[in-house]
Amino acid sequence: MSLTRASTDELLQLLDSREVSAVEVATAFLDEIEARDEQIGAFLTVDRDGALTAARTADERRAAGESAGLLGGIPVAVKDLVCTRGLRTTCASRMLENFVPPYDAHVVRRLRDEGAVLLGKVNLDEFAMGSSTETSAFRRTVNPWNSEHSPGGSSGGSAAAIAAGLAPLSIGSDTGGSIRQPASFCGVVGLKPTYGRVSRYGLVAFASSLDQLGPLSRDVSGSARLLQVIAGHDPQDATCLNVPVPDWTGQLEQPLEGLKIGVVAEQFADGLDDEVAAAVRAAVEVYRGLGATVEEIELPHARHSVATYYLIAPCEASSNLARYDGVHYGHRAEQFDDMVDMYAASRGEAFGSEVKRRIMLGTWALSSGYYEAYYLKALKVRRLIRQDFDDAFRRVDLIAGPVTPTTAFRTGELTGDPLAMYLADIYTSIANLAGIPGISIPAGISQAGLPIGLQLLAPSLEEDRLLRAARMYERETNWHTRWPASL
Amino acid sequence: MDHQLIVGLEVHVQLLTQSKLFSGCINRFNPDEPNSQTDPVTLGLPGTLPVLNRRAVDLSIRTGLALNCEIAPFTRWDRKQYYYPDLPKAYQISQYDLPIAADGWLEFVADEETGERRRVRLIRAHLEEDAGKNLHDDSGRGGESRVDLNRCGTPLLEIVTQPDLRSAADSRKFLEELRLLLSYLEVSDCNMQEGSLRCDANVNLKVTTDDGHEVATPIAEIKNLNSFRGVEAAIEYEEQRQLEEWQRTGLKMGDVGGEKETRGWDADRGITFSQRGKEEAADYRYFPDPDLPPLTVSAEWLEEVRATLCEPPADRRERLQAAWALSAYDASVIIDRGRRLADYFEEVARLCGDGKQAANWVTQEVLRIMNDRGIEIGDFPISAPVLGTLLERIVSDAITVRSARTVFADLLEQAEGSQPVTVDDVDRVIDAKGLRKVEDTGQLEAAADAVLARNAKIADDVRGGKTNAVGPLIGQVMKEVRGADARAVRELLLKKING
Amino acid sequence: MEQSEVLRVARLARLKLADSEVDSYARQLTDILQYVEQLEEVQTDGVEPMAHPGGVTNVLRDDVVTESLPVAEALANAPRSDGRYFVVPAILDAG
Ligand SMILES: [Mg+2]
Ligand SMILES: [Zn+2]
Repeated sequence: MSLTRASTDELLQLLDSREVSAVEVATAFLDEIEARDEQIGAFLTVDRDGALTAARTADERRAAGESAGLLGGIPVAVKDLVCTRGLRTTCASRMLENFVPPYDAHVVRRLRDEGAVLLGKVNLDEFAMGSSTETSAFRRTVNPWNSEHSPGGSSGGSAAAIAAGLAPLSIGSDTGGSIRQPASFCGVVGLKPTYGRVSRYGLVAFASSLDQLGPLSRDVSGSARLLQVIAGHDPQDATCLNVPVPDWTGQLEQPLEGLKIGVVAEQFADGLDDEVAAAVRAAVEVYRGLGATVEEIELPHARHSVATYYLIAPCEASSNLARYDGVHYGHRAEQFDDMVDMYAASRGEAFGSEVKRRIMLGTWALSSGYYEAYYLKALKVRRLIRQDFDDAFRRVDLIAGPVTPTTAFRTGELTGDPLAMYLADIYTSIANLAGIPGISIPAGISQAGLPIGLQLLAPSLEEDRLLRAARMYERETNWHTRWPASL
Repeated sequence: MDHQLIVGLEVHVQLLTQSKLFSGCINRFNPDEPNSQTDPVTLGLPGTLPVLNRRAVDLSIRTGLALNCEIAPFTRWDRKQYYYPDLPKAYQISQYDLPIAADGWLEFVADEETGERRRVRLIRAHLEEDAGKNLHDDSGRGGESRVDLNRCGTPLLEIVTQPDLRSAADSRKFLEELRLLLSYLEVSDCNMQEGSLRCDANVNLKVTTDDGHEVATPIAEIKNLNSFRGVEAAIEYEEQRQLEEWQRTGLKMGDVGGEKETRGWDADRGITFSQRGKEEAADYRYFPDPDLPPLTVSAEWLEEVRATLCEPPADRRERLQAAWALSAYDASVIIDRGRRLADYFEEVARLCGDGKQAANWVTQEVLRIMNDRGIEIGDFPISAPVLGTLLERIVSDAITVRSARTVFADLLEQAEGSQPVTVDDVDRVIDAKGLRKVEDTGQLEAAADAVLARNAKIADDVRGGKTNAVGPLIGQVMKEVRGADARAVRELLLKKING
Repeated sequence: MEQSEVLRVARLARLKLADSEVDSYARQLTDILQYVEQLEEVQTDGVEPMAHPGGVTNVLRDDVVTESLPVAEALANAPRSDGRYFVVPAILDAG
């Protein structure tokens, strides 16, 4: 069996039984990246030396009879929005082309502590702003299922790397769907945890009150394990929740009894692709077959989620990205008149058009005279969206639905029409606004051969319910074992 | 035509914490090693997050309570957004519409003679982070500026007054009283040279025209006044400037061209000057910082902090006068030198039981030596228990004031030799030098008789009317009986000679 | 959104835009603002704004000093420094 086709559990089994070494596993993935990433375009930086050193450490620990950690010797690809000490962190922006952080993000420390082997940094939309990984300043990432299609975004490099067998696990970030949407487009598992479940320290901020780091993997078990490693309280992030971390990996195989699943009728109305709708309905039937009851529910304010999201996120982003001014780090223009001009020229030339568009939108909405009618109004609607979920989860345990209105769109298809691109976040951004966890799992393949995802949403801190329900479905179906025909 | 000066102050106070407001980075004045006191949070590096320093909140609440403010039960953190090289995140974390303290007041003594107090109302006090420091190229050739982020992230409490001040001198007195209170509270070292206390003054005039109309001149905000003298002089200058400007242009507040103006103070030339154009009103785009959860201050927390408050200097000044019969002048000298000196004085006074005596020694001997040596009372080698014990010996008539000076000098010398001085040393030195007043009149009489017997000629002179001739005899007696009181010896000798 | 408004916002955001960008942003931002205007129809009287999803308060740290970065590391990513300070073009309005 090819090591690069193995799941995380299978790799751990091979490593623990000493059938293969961590160095062999790392080498297999590094070689695969070298051979095939030119075509996929998932990686921005490959850290061969760092990966092999970490792999050797994992092997030494096992040889000494010590614990190698929850991820001892397992390769992980990290979205290049996450700071890695001594390793270039670009956010896929010219602005940070040469930025080398002097510190590790909390999740990176956790990964290193648990023996993970960091393969390198993967591509994304510039500063995570986008849904197609096309706004990356450096390279295009293709969808491994069809190279003419987008892998989704913004964690497109993470999803493509897993779908193409270039990494078994990846860290992504999700502000309005940026883990779940590319997971769905690439036929892999992606989980956005409860806001505050994972420390954001070292995650380069896009929209602070919406951003959350999370796992992408081949199967549910991989995500459960990666989440197990990165979740938990961190005193360096004041928004990180100080709550116990359950044993997700240990409970994963226990099916949920008497599961009540909610379905939002409105999500199946206009704009949802027929094949996607059919796949989601079929998935709901799988749950019914497993003894779940299905109930129709309403989220009355959900249809305003994109409008709400596209005010709050740009407002926060305009502020978070103000620090890139060419003074303390980042790009500085060569030609300028004076200091004010230096700022404007540096930012004008180093940010791409989607980033500038959102900075403009957010700056405008926070500026004098517009704050209350736009930003504050959006915060109020956000509260109503959250209340919709509170009401819904009094009746059902989980909400099942589509991740995206369509399967992966063609590269370039939506780049000229920002609003159309934003509308693709309709099913995912509600979870970020409400702060609740959500997962995308493979649930079908379209006639055109593109993956279809199923989204499950759970109440805050109920990742356990989410993972076990996802695993119930996964056991009944085999979508997660499919590989793109080209591989 | 008549005019009235109107002044409101904005005072930035650096709080005395170990670490910065939002990270564990050290908080210390250190201009000589630029950029040596930073961490990823201070640098505003991508991915970093702020976490609030509890101590900074405690000190803010303490100050707010001492300034008679309401403490907000719920408050939060806002981003104030502007671009400047000393502000690496391009926003300052501050408090916009929910300051931690509001609606307070502070009184200052407007008239030293009468002790008349004037009250200045305080609009608010809010907590925020300091920026770093830009160093400008003074060559005048343009060139470059340099940025030091050591100060960046230091906790600041910004205290804003109502426009209640009516003269430059009052403004200075108010600020001095505020500084004294802050130093008593030990919330700041209030060092104006080092920038731990900085003052902006909002100044304008209310002009009454000859036909009885009242109009206001445009407000000027004079930035970054860094000495008390500067505050007074800048406001004085600005009063004249605005008056002349008004007479020349008749421009009123609210007119086109009459917008608020930012001015700097050139201490060397003694003038204020326009700093920024008036054209663009700043748009700071305040919004709640999503990285920082809000803060609630419970009644228990408030009581905990209230327990750390001290007696305000203004009250203490009055109490010292009443309790220890001090003059207003002496009380001020002691109070104004800081809480530790006031504590020192009160302990000395309590131990010797004589406030006047204690005040004389503290304001003369102790302060003179502190000033000579450039030290604070904490480093003064004679502790309050030692001085109190020494003065008690005067009060109980055991030694003379002159002897006490000798003992004091001796103890200082002992401390010089790095021998710590203890209470026991007081009596040890008195006895070693034989300075204790001799109660035993027998010994004194014997000595007097012996001296007179040896000096019959002088005794005759005295008897003959040359009273002053007794002087040398006093000296001889005192040589034999150390610690004898000179006046008593003189009386004894005269009595014996004159029968 | 008028082009003048785009330029006002660009100045506030410190973004130098090409003329073509000013045109396209004027158009695209107008579209987006028209779309978000749907929020006007939502009844939000008495609704508390939700700035934080967590609902936590009073997350504080003790006043304890942690290690500073070496100066060289603090300056390592600066576009220009002299080894001691960050260096920028002259700040004109400083006085
Ligand atoms: Mg900066
Ligand atoms: Zn301030």
